[in-house]
Amino acid sequence: MEDTGTVVAFWILAALTVGAALSVAAVRNLIHSVVLLIVSFAGVAGLYITLSADFIAVVQILIYIGAIAILLIFAIVLTPRAGRLNQEGFMLLPALALAVLVAGTMIFVAFDTSWAISERDGFEETATAIGDLLLDKYALPFEIASVLLLSAIIGAILLVRPEGAEEGPE
Amino acid sequence: MIPIDNFLVLSAILFSLGMYGVLARRNAVLILMSVELMLQAVVINFVAFAVYLDPETFTGIIFGIFVIVIAAAEVGLALAIILRLFRNRQISNVDEADLLKW
Repeated sequence: MEDTGTVVAFWILAALTVGAALSVAAVRNLIHSVVLLIVSFAGVAGLYITLSADFIAVVQILIYIGAIAILLIFAIVLTPRAGRLNQEGFMLLPALALAVLVAGTMIFVAFDTSWAISERDGFEETATAIGDLLLDKYALPFEIASVLLLSAIIGAILLVRPEGAEEGPE
Repeated sequence: MIPIDNFLVLSAILFSLGMYGVLARRNAVLILMSVELMLQAVVINFVAFAVYLDPETFTGIIFGIFVIVIAAAEVGLALAIILRLFRNRQISNVDEADLLKW
């Protein structure tokens, strides 16, 4: 993690991520903003690799780019005329002021605090340890997460079921 | 080694961009995308702290994975609600869904 290649990669990926996120907040076309969001997600996945967290980088690509972005595109194409009246609401200036305030506060705190940096730099390989922890120390949250996902799936199916389908097929 | 401040500043910028999107935009799908950006910023913070402050245990990484799982469940449900709203009332902007507004 000490070579200049990592530093250069960090700055390129950070510029990509922030630039794409800025365009998501500014652009009017919904499909364009989803594509920019995918670029931002990919940049974040690259940042995880510069942090030597390889497993969560792959999870990021699989879940965010592979599943969530596709879901968002489906939602956009299933709600036609969604692009009309797409301008900012009356909250534009308060939102801008609040966002700048929050960012300024967090950046000030980040620079003001002296973090207790560990001597070891980075992980060698994370997937094995994460698998052990998820099935040992964090087994209960892991199971609860699977129940949560199941109930979310059932809830989503119930919500989008068409009107006449309450009886079910004979 | 990249200082940890770089990652914290990056995630602060991403979080405030997402917050601006949630507060200023009116389209429900765009608001959902901005919420995803805010969750991304949180996960970046978790992973950065896990790598820099505590590389022996993997607590930050595990928390990040759970945040991603909950984000996936949340997106699925929110998109179902958006589709339902569009099918019932032909709207996709949150300020037009004002049936409960007094």
